[in-house]
Amino acid sequence: MTRTGAGAVHPIQRTTVMRVIVPLQGVVQGRGGLVLGSVIPCAFFYFLQFYLKRNRRDEPEPEPEPVIQNSASSTNNNSGSSSPTQSELNGLSRSLSRVILSPRSSGAHVSVSGRANCILKGGDSPGLRRVEEDSYDESGNPDGIIELGLAQNKLSLDVIRDWVSQTSVGLSLSGIASYEPPDGLMELKMGVTRLMSEATKNAVTFDPSQLVLTSGAASAIEILSFCLADSGNAFLVPTPCSPGFDVDVKWRNGVEIIHVPCRSSDNFTISVTALDRSFSQAKKRGVRIRGVIISNPSNPMGSLLTRENLYALLDFTREKNIHIISNEIFAGSVHGDDEEAEFVSIAEIADTEEHLDKERVHIVYDISKDLSFPGLRAGAIYSFNENILAASRKLTVFSPVSSPSQHLLISAISKPEFIQTYVKTNRQRLQRIYSEFVKGLKGLGIECTRSNGGLFCWADMRGFISSYSEKGEIELWNKFLNIGKINVTPGSCCHCIEPGWFRFCISNLSEKDVFVVINRIRKVCIRKTQD
Amino acid sequence: MRLIVPLRGVIQGRGGLFVGSLIPCCLFYFLQLYLKGRRPPPSDPTELPRTSSRSNLFSRGNSIGRVRVSSRAVPVAKPPDSPYYIGLERVKTDPYDRITNTDGIIQLGLAESTLCFDLLQRWMSENLMESIMQSGDGEFDISSIAMYKPFEGLLELRVAFADFMSRIMGGKVSFDPSKMVITAGGTPAIEVLAFCLADHGNAFLIPTPYYPGFERDIKFRTGVELIPVHCRSSDNFTVTVSALEQAFNQARKRGSKVSGILFSNPSNPVGNILSRETLHDILKFAQEKNIHVIYDEIFAGSVYGEKEFVSMAEIADSGDVDKSRVHIIYALSKDLSIPGFRAGVIYSFHEDVVSAAKKLMRFSSVSVPVQRILISLLSDVRFIEEYMTAHRQRIRDKHVRFVEGLKQLGIPCAESGGGLYCWVDMSSLLTSYSEKGELELFEKLLTVAKINATPGTACFCIEPGWFRCCFTALADEDIPVIMDRIRQLAESIRS
Repeated sequence: MTRTGAGAVHPIQRTTVMRVIVPLQGVVQGRGGLVLGSVIPCAFFYFLQFYLKRNRRDEPEPEPEPVIQNSASSTNNNSGSSSPTQSELNGLSRSLSRVILSPRSSGAHVSVSGRANCILKGGDSPGLRRVEEDSYDESGNPDGIIELGLAQNKLSLDVIRDWVSQTSVGLSLSGIASYEPPDGLMELKMGVTRLMSEATKNAVTFDPSQLVLTSGAASAIEILSFCLADSGNAFLVPTPCSPGFDVDVKWRNGVEIIHVPCRSSDNFTISVTALDRSFSQAKKRGVRIRGVIISNPSNPMGSLLTRENLYALLDFTREKNIHIISNEIFAGSVHGDDEEAEFVSIAEIADTEEHLDKERVHIVYDISKDLSFPGLRAGAIYSFNENILAASRKLTVFSPVSSPSQHLLISAISKPEFIQTYVKTNRQRLQRIYSEFVKGLKGLGIECTRSNGGLFCWADMRGFISSYSEKGEIELWNKFLNIGKINVTPGSCCHCIEPGWFRFCISNLSEKDVFVVINRIRKVCIRKTQD
Repeated sequence: MRLIVPLRGVIQGRGGLFVGSLIPCCLFYFLQLYLKGRRPPPSDPTELPRTSSRSNLFSRGNSIGRVRVSSRAVPVAKPPDSPYYIGLERVKTDPYDRITNTDGIIQLGLAESTLCFDLLQRWMSENLMESIMQSGDGEFDISSIAMYKPFEGLLELRVAFADFMSRIMGGKVSFDPSKMVITAGGTPAIEVLAFCLADHGNAFLIPTPYYPGFERDIKFRTGVELIPVHCRSSDNFTVTVSALEQAFNQARKRGSKVSGILFSNPSNPVGNILSRETLHDILKFAQEKNIHVIYDEIFAGSVYGEKEFVSMAEIADSGDVDKSRVHIIYALSKDLSIPGFRAGVIYSFHEDVVSAAKKLMRFSSVSVPVQRILISLLSDVRFIEEYMTAHRQRIRDKHVRFVEGLKQLGIPCAESGGGLYCWVDMSSLLTSYSEKGELELFEKLLTVAKINATPGTACFCIEPGWFRCCFTALADEDIPVIMDRIRQLAESIRS
């Protein structure tokens, strides 16, 4: 009906005069009337949408900006990847190209998954391997490499040794072999919460039922980021930050990290304005931010967050309705002794908040690190959010603390006199080694940021790098490793935006070693100034 | 016959190129813009209405401003709906005790063994602390256990593990410690393998009935699908290559990519052992399709029947096949009855899998003191020999008693040769031959007979009426109690 109407009423000459050659001209010029003129474009659009949607399977919810997302995923699919579920992991979109690049013989040889390929590429630290091959020993190998990169504390091992050798009675028989709840024994949880309270000078009481034990802080962060963010979502992380976050958050969860750089001019303090800016930028790009991850005491700087900082952060997360993970694994390693050196747990701030706001606060803690016993692999998640706790408890089957380790820890934590001696000795020794080391660096004209906690010294070596860039920094790092024979962590590993900063993990050293290390640094730096 | 339509000119295309195509597009664009504008920005607290219905249900109060958990955490946080976990939870509320709680629920759902606890206790009391503090040359060096060690396990432990595994498998196969990654139990081992071998959305073929925990281990975080390959009682639940082939083709038709096959041998829950020929056939099938084979050999040391257990490692080593597709999981929780130690292993012939798994062990490594204990436990050859002989003998005895008891009640079991359980055919007690009937019986067993046995549904068995009963945590005097309870239930049902 309409077709004939259109043909009859409409004189064709007018259009033939200005004829343009267009594909589907009839449709475009609307000669087909109602059906061709409007239904066909709509149908095309519908099929396009349908096609795009089908290529985005398992999308849990509509994205805020479907158009942008769609075009992104369609280009990825056009690139001929074999994986149909690109959108599952934003990490994967990176991995796709890597899979193709990765050397593998085709045909009979069976390949591993794309995400495993991704892992194969990353997470190596060449320094550590070198140290393993040729590690320093005062008498055995005086020319070996001194480890200053690994965050472990060797200062109070004698105290730990005494405890372990006295434990023989405590850790005896049953209870260690059979199935236990994977999220930890209540007895241990109670001990851990006591230890955590002690670190805050008993300003906070922690509730053991809100604690979930995991095998180390790495798995605690992994589990938390799995529960708080879907793949493709992101966390804001102020930098410089702990080098481990990349691995813990991204590898298996596919959650992204958006770094929010802090600068030396502000003494690397976290600014809420910068967080806010990154948040809006991410939003514009269509990336969904699910939370902020902070370290307190910070790693690598060793600075402590003040109450005001924490309030501001919590306000920010409330305003944006996102989570906050506070990584407090060095809470027990606070060594400054003046008023500034007060460690405030985010739990204390959260306690003053309403119930609903508490639910966004999650704490990561590492028992074994606090007790200079990282080999025990015992970390913890402390959360105010029931759902997160329920999910984490189930996920601990993948990262459990074994029963013998738990009983070993119980035997230590339940002895208050041991804990007191240990905490006191450890703090004194950290303090001493820190001031020795800083003094030594100062003698070489190297400044450090003020640190009150953690096992680190964050040193400003901008004066010694050949070019003010990441390349210059890595060059200096190589010199440290090869000439100075010390393994340190360059700022770029901590995603520091300014080149030339280095992290020294001083708790690896004895007092005698400090002298050796300073001499080796001098060797590298003086060569540099002579160059 | 003129029809009045809005924007008729446009629809009838009188406007040519411009009006005929641009205007509809513009309209569509504005519609989109409008819809988008009406959608609240993500940061707004009012975003909650946009969340999926699941999380609305989930946050119960539906209060505005409540912070959301990720949508993938929601199913994890939910209470489990598999009868396997429901049963385990129920036992916890009211566990049977011979003296203090004679009316409690008897646990037949958890595959753990207490048969050789006396031997283990003896060893532990003599050696536990010594082995932690042992370090080659006498002097106790705390940093050898306290500091970071390679996450994939100390070389000494891997050597001891390889030795132990080859010992329990009858010495016919030797394992190479460099292909080994020590994990914190069998569960993380399976998860890590699934993660390394398949991408999100890929699938594994798995013969049914299978271990109910695989659902959790594989699906929770890795997003890998499990495609059941149904086996039937007429073949004693042994898988055939043609069934695998069929499942593979169907999966392919549906568009899902099959990355591998997952097996338990000795199988869990049936307890049967795959023959050398079947293993060969499966490997050949995998080679043909170019997919992986994951072998869960967690019960390799708990073989008590006549049939010989053959490790996939032996088949892989034996010849002309591409080994790199073979991956084996093993753990000490069943064969050595020390689940609390959380010690398992991934043994893979694929170099990339080994190195990726090593890196992932950052999240599930075995603590160093426990590694020390295991080194001295596994290398104590005299103890291991004594233990393994006792372990096998005691399972065999218990199995005979248990199966005999059931037989007297007229309840048959599937033929089995390994594992800590038997696969019981209770279809005669079903009121209706269906999944519903089976779950009803499960409920009756729990509430009336006060026995927790794992129903076949939880193991994805296609035939209703089968139950998995683990008997290795029972004392001899418990068996008559169980038989009595089942008899009473049977009588009440049959009458």
